[in-house]
Amino acid sequence: MTRPAPRPGNASDSILYLDGVTVSFDGFRALNALSLLIAPGELRAIIGPNGAGKTTMMDVITGKTKPDTGEIFFEGAIDLKAHDEAAIAQLGIGRKFQKPTVFENHTVRDNLELALAGKRGPFATLFHRLSAEDADRIDQLLGIIGLAKSAESPAGGLSHGQKQWLEIGMLLAQEPKLLLVDEPAAGMTDAETAATSELLKAIARDHSVVVVEHDMAFVRDLDCRVTVLHEGSVLAEGTLDQVSAEPRVVEVYLGR
Amino acid sequence: MFLTRHLGPGGWWFLLAIAAVAVAVPYCNLVLPPAHPFHANSYIVSLLGKYLTYALLALAVDLIWGFCGILSLGHGAFFALGGYAMGMYLMRQIGDRGVYANPLLPDFMVFLNWTELPWYWWGFSSFPYAMLMVLLVPGALAFVFGWFAFRSRVTGVYLSIITQAVTYALLLAFFRNDMGFGGNNGLTDFKDILGYPLQAGSTRAALFAASAIALALGFLIARAVTGSKLGKVLVAIRDAESRTRFLGYRVEHYKLFVFTLSAMMAGVAGALYVPQVGIINPGEFSPANSIEIVIWVAVGGRGTLVGAVVGAGLVNYGKTVFTTAMPELWLFALGALFIAVTLFLPRGVLGALGDYVEWMRRQKPDPLAHIEAQRQARREEAESTEHFLALAAQARAEREAAPAE
Ligand SMILES: Nc1ncnc2c1ncn2[C@@H]1O[C@H](COP(=O)(O)OP(=O)(O)O)[C@@H](O)[C@H]1O
Ligand SMILES: [Mg+2]
Repeated sequence: MTRPAPRPGNASDSILYLDGVTVSFDGFRALNALSLLIAPGELRAIIGPNGAGKTTMMDVITGKTKPDTGEIFFEGAIDLKAHDEAAIAQLGIGRKFQKPTVFENHTVRDNLELALAGKRGPFATLFHRLSAEDADRIDQLLGIIGLAKSAESPAGGLSHGQKQWLEIGMLLAQEPKLLLVDEPAAGMTDAETAATSELLKAIARDHSVVVVEHDMAFVRDLDCRVTVLHEGSVLAEGTLDQVSAEPRVVEVYLGR
Repeated sequence: MFLTRHLGPGGWWFLLAIAAVAVAVPYCNLVLPPAHPFHANSYIVSLLGKYLTYALLALAVDLIWGFCGILSLGHGAFFALGGYAMGMYLMRQIGDRGVYANPLLPDFMVFLNWTELPWYWWGFSSFPYAMLMVLLVPGALAFVFGWFAFRSRVTGVYLSIITQAVTYALLLAFFRNDMGFGGNNGLTDFKDILGYPLQAGSTRAALFAASAIALALGFLIARAVTGSKLGKVLVAIRDAESRTRFLGYRVEHYKLFVFTLSAMMAGVAGALYVPQVGIINPGEFSPANSIEIVIWVAVGGRGTLVGAVVGAGLVNYGKTVFTTAMPELWLFALGALFIAVTLFLPRGVLGALGDYVEWMRRQKPDPLAHIEAQRQARREEAESTEHFLALAAQARAEREAAPAE
């Protein structure tokens, strides 16, 4: 089997559409004519060796980095290149960072409250009062991520795994249409990893989710379509078994 | 009420303390006879009144630095602008009682052979108009500055340096005679305010009380802001700015809001300062002044509001004592103080007090408490993992129960 061509398809029936996206840092191409299409409701795993450009891809989608060339469309028609981070978040794209970043001085509950969908302007937040529904929603999220007991403690005191879950909870609180999750299982124990993959699968039932991960057991657990990234472009795409059978993928992973 | 809903018991106590000071000092000055041991002479009243305006200024800096991480090294400029607006009103109040007895122009303009009042002096004979300018001029400068700086995402030390440059530029501008603000002499020789003579004890007492009220109001506003969800967003920006953006918050709008509010508070502080010290000159724009404000806040404890007030009081009291005893050493003492606080009291006097209280509490009971706490934490972590595994098992069961497609 030869290298698969970018899948035929167009922007209009996708939640996320990248075409020919290139990003260079001082001449080094972190993304090289990357094309990718995520269908609405899809759960997609992105794998690839370190430095393949996975995080850079998320930076480009969320407005942190502007691409040199290429197209990025959300829900078929929204040109993401024309928006900044805050606008893209408000459009409905949520992101979990590779290094867990929660607001350490805020309590777990406040972290979720800040993430909760709602008006984002300074005057709206100045006069904001937490509604009963919002409080219920926070309690529900605390249950889902298993942090109900730590709700009132500062997030800085959480364990690494708990911070990862809190960030996933914040992601859910945003009620995004598309979730970008960067290496959620990094640094977790096996049990935590298994729990995280179940959590993501549960989330994927009613969201579109893109997960970047190194851990092959984790990806197998997710049981979804896999895209292999290498040197800034797509090397292979298919089920995990299909892509693992590709000689080029084996070569990239096992060293040259 | 909106202003008091996040006040808490500590906040009420603090307000009560300010109210007590606002009543006690004028009482000791006006009612107690000069021979009484608690009599406060007019020098003391003006000195304490000056401290109150410094406390309000420190509060303004703590609001942006302590809660939003914006280290302004130019806040003295907003204080001075508010002071100049008040000074212009006081100059117009002099009327024809100046040395040149010119009914239309302040003395320094007559001296410069000016024949008419520059347009930017129009309206300053009106007290309400002057008070509006006390808020609007610093507010507008902060808004325009913030608009450019925050939108271009200038942060950290770069922002601090630019704020220093702004106050330095204003210092140079206000030194110039042709600016129309009295050059290096500034504005002085004030006679009265709202018709009351500035030298009168009752006027001084009233200005003192007004400063206390302004400080209390500033504290209420700052507490309302920091206690609201907006305040939580500010702290989020301080701790993880980029993360806050990815949650959909427009960081630049938040910074602009709080920076402008803070500049207006600084302006009010300056306006109350000028009638109590009797002069405003370009020296107030000096970059060193702005750095001193930051030291007050650092000494008191940033991000606590009350700490800013305490720090402003402590450092300025030290300054008063020092500059009478050995004036040439004050700057060295201030520098040493800053270094000492940074090294030994990183959370300021208030933070250290809090730590001490916490330590005392932990000293007393069960020596095994911390072991138990650790055990409890571990148990909770295990439980949350268990919860997850249960969730995982449940999800798996659900999937297996679902008919295969
Ligand atoms: N801001 C940046 N400046 C320079 N080089 C960068 C920057 N961000 C990423 N890179 C480089 O781009 C490549 C891809 O990085 P990244 O997207 O983080 O990879 P991955 O997440 O797949 O491990 C790496 O070689 C990295 O060093
Ligand atoms: Mg990465």
